[in-house]
Amino acid sequence: MTGHQLTHLRQLEAESIHIFREVASEFEKPVMLYSIGKDSSVLLHLARKAFYPSPIPFPLLHVDTTWKFREMIEFREKIVKEYGLDLLVHINPDGVEQGVGPFTHGSALHTDIMKTEGLKQALNQYKFDAAFGGARRDEEASRAKERIFSFRTETHRWDPKNQRPELWNTYNARVKPGESIRAFPLSNWTELDIWQYIYLEDIPIVPLYFAKERPVVERDGMLIMVDDDRMPLNEGEVPDMKSVRFRTLGCYPLTGAVESTAATLPEIIQEMLVARTSERQGRMIDKDQSGSMERKKQEGYF
Amino acid sequence: MKAHLDQNHGDIEAYLKSQEEKGMLRFITCGSVDDGKSTLIGRLLWDSKMLFEDQLATLASESKRVGTQGGNIDYALLMDGLQAEREQGITIDVAYRFFATDKKKFIVADTPGHEQYTRNMVTGASTADLAVILIDARKGILTQTMRHSFLVSLLGIKHIILAINKMDLVAYDEKVFKEIETAYLKFAEQLAFETITPIPLSALNGDNVISHSENTPWYTGPTLISHLEAVEVDEDLAAKPFRLPVQWVNRPNLDFRGYSGTIASGIIRKGDGIVEPASGQTSTVKEIVTFDGNLDEAVAGQAVTLTLNDEIDISRGDTLCALQKRPATADQFEAKLVWMSDEALLPSRNYIIKLGTTTTSARVTALKYKINVNTLEHTAATTLQLNEIGVCNFALDKAISFDPYLENRKTGSFILIDRFTNATVGAGVIDFALRRADNIHWQSVDIHKEARSAQKGQKSAALWFTGLSGSGKSTIANQLEKKLHAMGKHTYLLDGDNVRHGLNKDLGFTDADRVENIRRVGETAKLFVDAGLITLVSFISPFRSERQMARGLLDEGEFLEVFVDTPLAVCEERDIKGLYAKARAGEIKNFTGIDSAYEEPENAEIIIDGANTDAEDAADEIIKILAEKGMI
Ligand SMILES: Nc1nc2c(ncn2[C@@H]2O[C@H](COP(=O)(O)OP(=O)(O)O)[C@@H](O)[C@H]2O)c(=O)[nH]1
Repeated sequence: MTGHQLTHLRQLEAESIHIFREVASEFEKPVMLYSIGKDSSVLLHLARKAFYPSPIPFPLLHVDTTWKFREMIEFREKIVKEYGLDLLVHINPDGVEQGVGPFTHGSALHTDIMKTEGLKQALNQYKFDAAFGGARRDEEASRAKERIFSFRTETHRWDPKNQRPELWNTYNARVKPGESIRAFPLSNWTELDIWQYIYLEDIPIVPLYFAKERPVVERDGMLIMVDDDRMPLNEGEVPDMKSVRFRTLGCYPLTGAVESTAATLPEIIQEMLVARTSERQGRMIDKDQSGSMERKKQEGYF
Repeated sequence: MKAHLDQNHGDIEAYLKSQEEKGMLRFITCGSVDDGKSTLIGRLLWDSKMLFEDQLATLASESKRVGTQGGNIDYALLMDGLQAEREQGITIDVAYRFFATDKKKFIVADTPGHEQYTRNMVTGASTADLAVILIDARKGILTQTMRHSFLVSLLGIKHIILAINKMDLVAYDEKVFKEIETAYLKFAEQLAFETITPIPLSALNGDNVISHSENTPWYTGPTLISHLEAVEVDEDLAAKPFRLPVQWVNRPNLDFRGYSGTIASGIIRKGDGIVEPASGQTSTVKEIVTFDGNLDEAVAGQAVTLTLNDEIDISRGDTLCALQKRPATADQFEAKLVWMSDEALLPSRNYIIKLGTTTTSARVTALKYKINVNTLEHTAATTLQLNEIGVCNFALDKAISFDPYLENRKTGSFILIDRFTNATVGAGVIDFALRRADNIHWQSVDIHKEARSAQKGQKSAALWFTGLSGSGKSTIANQLEKKLHAMGKHTYLLDGDNVRHGLNKDLGFTDADRVENIRRVGETAKLFVDAGLITLVSFISPFRSERQMARGLLDEGEFLEVFVDTPLAVCEERDIKGLYAKARAGEIKNFTGIDSAYEEPENAEIIIDGANTDAEDAADEIIKILAEKGMI
């Protein structure tokens, strides 16, 4: 032993940087999907590290559903300016035209049109052949088997039965015109790793992750924050002011808050360590039944 | 495994500090179906609190629905991530799982024990530093145990935990445990493991998983977790010679030129000398650049950017190496190859090879033998099927740098990719460089191709006629040659049938032989083109990749694919040589169009409608095209 062993976070960091560099070298038109959440914050941080002192050699893409928390958009604008990023924002114009939203169309249809379809539109429009995402294998059972370079057909489908074997850190980057890969540099990180790394590296994240008094109403057992006046309230219903935070961020009507007083990173991590609820539970999209995520992925949801 | 639980508020920052020092271990679990792999991993996740309430709720309801534990929690369901697999009740792919204790983070590759899934095991083992090999105490060592052990040793894993599971079902009998241990140690002598640690377990009841079991008072070795935490798998990558495969040239502006990559092995310090062995260029390290500031020293595993003191020409695919102890640089090597595709390996076919950050073209020049993964016996072979392993000689399109896999897993391993489907079809570990290539130098000649062509008043080229048997290839080629000859052009016609009587008379009609057939004809055509001749090749050449290979032998614009497009029905009706009748009767095997595929050209330069054009007209058409291209 020479004392040259890297810690687990440094090993994970190096692996992610390696993946970023492979994709940037092997593909003609990569893009990084930027969802503004904590995983995206870590992803962005790693991308800046990977290419330093060069700027990130590809654009970021945010598929906006028009229902994101306002603080997310503010944060996005701030970060883009501060780091001088090349950010593309795509909103599904058909969805806007049809007035699609979670309250009028239900969460499934809303997500399908504004997120899944929106993403496909953007990928097709710009002809990206590789898209970075912040998914982790510990998030959900079907992700545990997904490759780091995850092949997608021309119609953006994932075929779990027909994945390319992935050995060592040698990634097969060959695609035909129209086909693409999703690359997941955070595959081997866990939620705890992410929080520890954010703490270690002092990475900025959206303030919604920290507890604060916020106006919430209860819907189907979830605490939904009233982020703007599009939230339909029952007659006489007044949102409660509660100290809450979010473990995951998405469209505000679909994202449950947890009651908490954790207002600093160590407090969040501590809460997380004693928590027994996995993070996707805060997202309505996964709640229907197990296997639903796998189906969505096959259809091209990230 | 009280890992990270119930931290008091005040301690959390100290706790976080301590967690930053944590190491990491990647391991693989292997066993036969039902040995208890999934149960074991489920338990490790459960005990390290990596299962959450909602996952538990899903698990409980799923256990009732499809579980095998009579309504009790079936941990195995956790591991069977994909829905389709869940219904079959068998894991068919590699799943990666994570858990952590206070000392280490673990990444577990869970791989199936089922017969046909060697490729998944090899995949999981490629990134693992330790293997947990499960054995059902009632069954002892099975064929699969030997196979799994061989595969993990092939992939360079040095540390084995022999998890003798289901001890509860053999009354925790020490004798059973010892017998299995002894038998395994004997078998494993041939496999070069550094440590083998046998542990008596019950994955279901938790015996010796985390704490010592009262049921096995006779066992004094470590528990599974304490061994995983303590094991030192660091094969001392830092002590090996420095290697940095360049991934990306970092050029933010004209004043900065850096080479970005992950250090595969060794240590690099500011001022150290380096060499790029393929070109022999040397320099010294000016700076070790990272986002977090320049470093004085960087070690194996770190992703860095190096700047050099000299302007030398380095690009992606090159390797920066220590001046002493350079890697091999060669265009031929011997390697063990694991075949991972449903379509068999075809020696002589060109595959894309990716080794580190280098991508080039490679083919198998000799398949020396196959290794039977169950008995480790060697048998002669002409091809490799899915999940077979062979020892092969490879020839590459250019010389590249590498180390034997035994010395360096990062710089001694490669994948093979099919040129057409882009599938990853094989994975290889290099044994050693073959030096022969170094001793055959190209003879440079003064009179070259252009001179020879010019003397004949033409531009030499290969016209490659492809199409089904009976499509009219040879007739058209014949007509064309007559006409060109009459015009005073210098030609040669290479006909499939004729070549098979001489040069290729040792070849049959298996896929492997067909590929070799085409390769030889391609090389011959290349020589004739070099001699300045307009070379007509009339060969069924059913596979796209082989025609592509032939195309690749010639220079840009010298290879014209002529697709004689005649429907199978028409060819079969013509059946000039009576071959279709025989094939239909089963007297000829592997007959193109009948029981062997014909892959139509996608970008042929010339297409002849063979059913509706007579040979004269076809020949005239081709002459017109040659004239247009300025070749005659
Ligand atoms: N009695 C007993 N049963 C076990 C033990 N480990 C696993 N099993 C059972 O063996 C069966 C197969 O286990 P599973 O984990 O699915 O095996 P896998 O195919 O290797 O993943 C299940 O019914 C388990 O409950 C053990 O230590 N003792």
